[in-house]
Amino acid sequence: MIPLYLIGGAALFALGLHALVVRRHLVLKVLALNVMGSGVFMVLLALAARGGAEPDAVPHALVLTGIVVAVSATAFALALILRVKAVTGRAYLPERNGDDPA
Amino acid sequence: MNASWLLIFILMSSLVPGLLIFFLREESHGLRTALNLGGAGLKLILVGYLLLGVQRGDVYELRAVLLPGVELVLAADSLSLLFATLSTLLWFVTTIYAVGYLEGSPNHSRFFGFFSLCVSATVGIAFSGNLITFLIFYEILTLATWPLVVHRGTAQSLRAGRLYLAYTLAGGALLLAAMVWLALLAGSGDFKPGGYLMGLEQEFPTQLKLIFAMLVAGFGVKAALVPLHSWLPRAMVAPAPVSALLHAVAVVKAGAFGIVRVVDDVYGLTLVLELGLDLPLMAAAVITIVYGSVRALFADDIKRRLAFSTVSQVSYIVLGVALAGPLGAVGGLVHLVHQGLMKITLFFCAGNFAETLHIHKVSELKGVGRRMPLTMLAFTLGALGMIGAPPLAGFISKWYLGLGALQMEQHWVLAALVVSSLLNAAYFLPPVIRGWFGRREEPWHDEHMKHHRFETHWMLLGPTLFVAAVAVAAGVLAGMPYSPLDWVSLIVEREYAPTGGGL
Amino acid sequence: MFATGLDWAAWAVAVPLVGALLAGLLPRLGPVLGLVFGLLTALAVAGAVMGVWHEGPVRAGLGGWDVPLGIALSLDGLAALMLAMTAVVGLAVSIYALGYLRSSQTRGKFWALWLWLWASMNALFLSGDVFNIYVTLELVGLAAVALTALSGGAAALGAAMRYLLVSLLGSLAYLMGVALLYGGYGVLDLAALGAAMEPDKVSRLAAVLMTVGLLMKTALFPLHVWLPPAHGSAPAPVSAVLSALVVKASFYLILRLWLDVFPVLTVPGFELFMGALGAGALLWGSLLALRAARLKQVVAYSTVAQLGYLFLVFPLMAVTPGAWQAVVFFALAHACAKATVFLAAGSLQKAAGHDRLAQLGAVMRKEPVTVFAFGIAGASLVGLPLTGGFIAKWLLVDVALQGHAWGWASLVLAGGLLAGGYVFRVLGHAFGRGSVNPDHRPVPAVMVWSTLVLALVSVALGFAGAASLELLALHGGRT
Repeated sequence: MIPLYLIGGAALFALGLHALVVRRHLVLKVLALNVMGSGVFMVLLALAARGGAEPDAVPHALVLTGIVVAVSATAFALALILRVKAVTGRAYLPERNGDDPA
Repeated sequence: MNASWLLIFILMSSLVPGLLIFFLREESHGLRTALNLGGAGLKLILVGYLLLGVQRGDVYELRAVLLPGVELVLAADSLSLLFATLSTLLWFVTTIYAVGYLEGSPNHSRFFGFFSLCVSATVGIAFSGNLITFLIFYEILTLATWPLVVHRGTAQSLRAGRLYLAYTLAGGALLLAAMVWLALLAGSGDFKPGGYLMGLEQEFPTQLKLIFAMLVAGFGVKAALVPLHSWLPRAMVAPAPVSALLHAVAVVKAGAFGIVRVVDDVYGLTLVLELGLDLPLMAAAVITIVYGSVRALFADDIKRRLAFSTVSQVSYIVLGVALAGPLGAVGGLVHLVHQGLMKITLFFCAGNFAETLHIHKVSELKGVGRRMPLTMLAFTLGALGMIGAPPLAGFISKWYLGLGALQMEQHWVLAALVVSSLLNAAYFLPPVIRGWFGRREEPWHDEHMKHHRFETHWMLLGPTLFVAAVAVAAGVLAGMPYSPLDWVSLIVEREYAPTGGGL
Repeated sequence: MFATGLDWAAWAVAVPLVGALLAGLLPRLGPVLGLVFGLLTALAVAGAVMGVWHEGPVRAGLGGWDVPLGIALSLDGLAALMLAMTAVVGLAVSIYALGYLRSSQTRGKFWALWLWLWASMNALFLSGDVFNIYVTLELVGLAAVALTALSGGAAALGAAMRYLLVSLLGSLAYLMGVALLYGGYGVLDLAALGAAMEPDKVSRLAAVLMTVGLLMKTALFPLHVWLPPAHGSAPAPVSAVLSALVVKASFYLILRLWLDVFPVLTVPGFELFMGALGAGALLWGSLLALRAARLKQVVAYSTVAQLGYLFLVFPLMAVTPGAWQAVVFFALAHACAKATVFLAAGSLQKAAGHDRLAQLGAVMRKEPVTVFAFGIAGASLVGLPLTGGFIAKWLLVDVALQGHAWGWASLVLAGGLLAGGYVFRVLGHAFGRGSVNPDHRPVPAVMVWSTLVLALVSVALGFAGAASLELLALHGGRT
């Protein structure tokens, strides 16, 4: 059971990373980060259960804190996306990329 | 209060006015000149006081811990006093000259601010008591001279500034590496006659040779040793007082002084001879002497000719210490003073010609002796001194260098001296002859400067004649007590005796 | 002594946090609050530093609760030096911002965000367990992104967005590493983890995830592309804080982890790899700084380059174990110098209305004090005496040569020369001949003088080498 959760968490993490790189729309990118976060939380919870009868309480505390952090970060990211959309008219990253010191 | 604070006061006497000048308005000419000359005068007095103290046998030394095992040391020995006195005296004169020279041009506050920082750094170099302190002031000097080199702001001067920085910063990096390495092998010892590396030559002969090469190359950049010299002729685009500063008072001298310190007070003569380092150094000096003279021969621009002459002449100092014997050392060290006096005379003259009559080339000098006889006289004295005509200062230097070469049985050096003197004559006599005996057809275009009383502005003429007179006196009165020669002989006696100098 | 170093350290977190809350509630009072709470924070930091100096490294749970449920603070020489660095730069930036934001609409938000960032950074330096570090890391990241977006233009928002994505990705990678470590060892405390660490596969994976995550935030070449736009388009006080402090915070964590937790995990080639990345950063960043057309871009690429030095810590520590102290001192010197340079660049930009180098000469001649400050700080970046940069360079070359690492020593020196190239390239414009720009707007005195004072701190650091090393020697001893 536990390896399944572990593998699932890792898979979510990888899936999110893939989407973060591939998707161009900013909301999708933020969603991808959230998927990655869920993957990490899943790994933590799987590890919590590994001890045996009594699940370890510490990872739960960590996940709860992590969720709070993730919620605030997401809220902030969404607000920033709205600003980007309002100013540039598009919810995408600027085209100019890489090292161009012009 | 501790008497050693005198050293700090001497540094501050130019540093503080320099910093104050930065914050002065462009229009406050009077205050700026007062600060400049006040600082220069005060420094002269303080150095004089220090001289008396050292003669009494007082010891001046200040230390501060910079890093574990690395100390900042300021100390006054007779060698540092020689350099400090020279640069303080010449700075005073150059300041007066610069005030006259820059009259009517913009950005005075910036110029004189950095000018004062330069001299503070130079005096710091003179009083450095160990290698890292030397390096610190040496790099500050780089930093403070760059704004002077690019002062005119033309594309040409900015290029010259870039070249200057590229050379000197690279030299500084080399020095840093060498000093760290040396500190790892031997700790960071103070300068002392005979050096502080004795006993290490058994264990690390190759390392010591390599470090020596790095140190000489690092200092050689400023001393304009061939092939590290090419920044110097390019830096000629700077105003004439800056050239004087670069060539006679500060920069080039700092490099040569560094080599003197390394040979005499870090490695010591015995070790230099033991490791066989004297011959390569001598060879580098001789190559530079001959190469500089040949290039000077083909330069039509007066300042460029003088610049190549500096390349050549400064290496007499290096040659002197490389000979590693007392007589050669006397020749080299006394040339530190003599070259400074003669070269500053020549540069002041070149500045006078350029400012008064817009003469920049040797070929334009025809008949200038009639229009500006006093300046031409000073130029002639400086040039004859450089050639080594007795009894002028250059002759004294070359005489002792020759004796030093014979003493160390390096006869080929004698030959090189003869060749270089002939070359000196070949490139210094034509401008002199042309100036006195040439005849100018068209009128001088000197309407931009009205000088009713003298041939040029008195603040230009006065300093020129003064340094020319001092240069002549240094040669003619070389046998008198307190002459540069007398002083240098004393230094050599004191500092070379412990290492068995009477070889 | 009435309060211990740790009490002071707790205040160093609490004070700016309270200030941030107040400034958020009372945006009109932002400047006053910023100044008052900035001063108080600096005072608390001074107390903490003195505490470490006299009592040595300390550690305790906040309010008596120890890990895993409570929040533990730990304070040693390294953390104290980071706190001090943040306080000195932070105070100067706060004073500068009084002038810079005088007529800006964003000033209400600035002070709350900036004090929040300051509190988060202090908390990060004091954190003693890997999960608290995650939380503080995220707080620092969000505050920094918000500050980047402050000016509200399209460029700033785009740069902030990119920065946010990188920052969140980095934190998540780090958090995954934390999860793996907890799974393996059942503890979060740095010291306990370090004591238990075994070189197994899971630990290695955790170390890789955490290090890569932090490298993204530190903007190590080739993960640096987000940095120049973000640092270049933010308001000057923000650029200064980002370049001088925020990237150092994540570097501090990398250093802390590899000093206290992961040293057993190093494999052959790892140090060389990190050193090679550092060398790449140094060369590539310098090259772009030499080519950049805008002043703030030059400075931002200079940060990319100088961050390369920090990662020489790995190859240098492999040959000389004490090398990290030299690198930390370098970070300190760089923080002061880089903040000064960014502040000076901000003043020039304000005075000219733009920061295109080619047209900046006339304005530079009208702002001699600012250019002078730029020159001093630039000398520190190049490593010229009498600045902190010189001492840092000496120390780096010293540790490299102690280990006979000639290649790294040459790299350090070459980096200094390249820095000379771009610093003097900028300064050269002050000496060029050009028409006098009629659009010169005088810069408020408070900006000019705060920049100069910070530049003089760089000079003071030139004499603080011995004391800093002594402080850094008070390492570990976490009981």
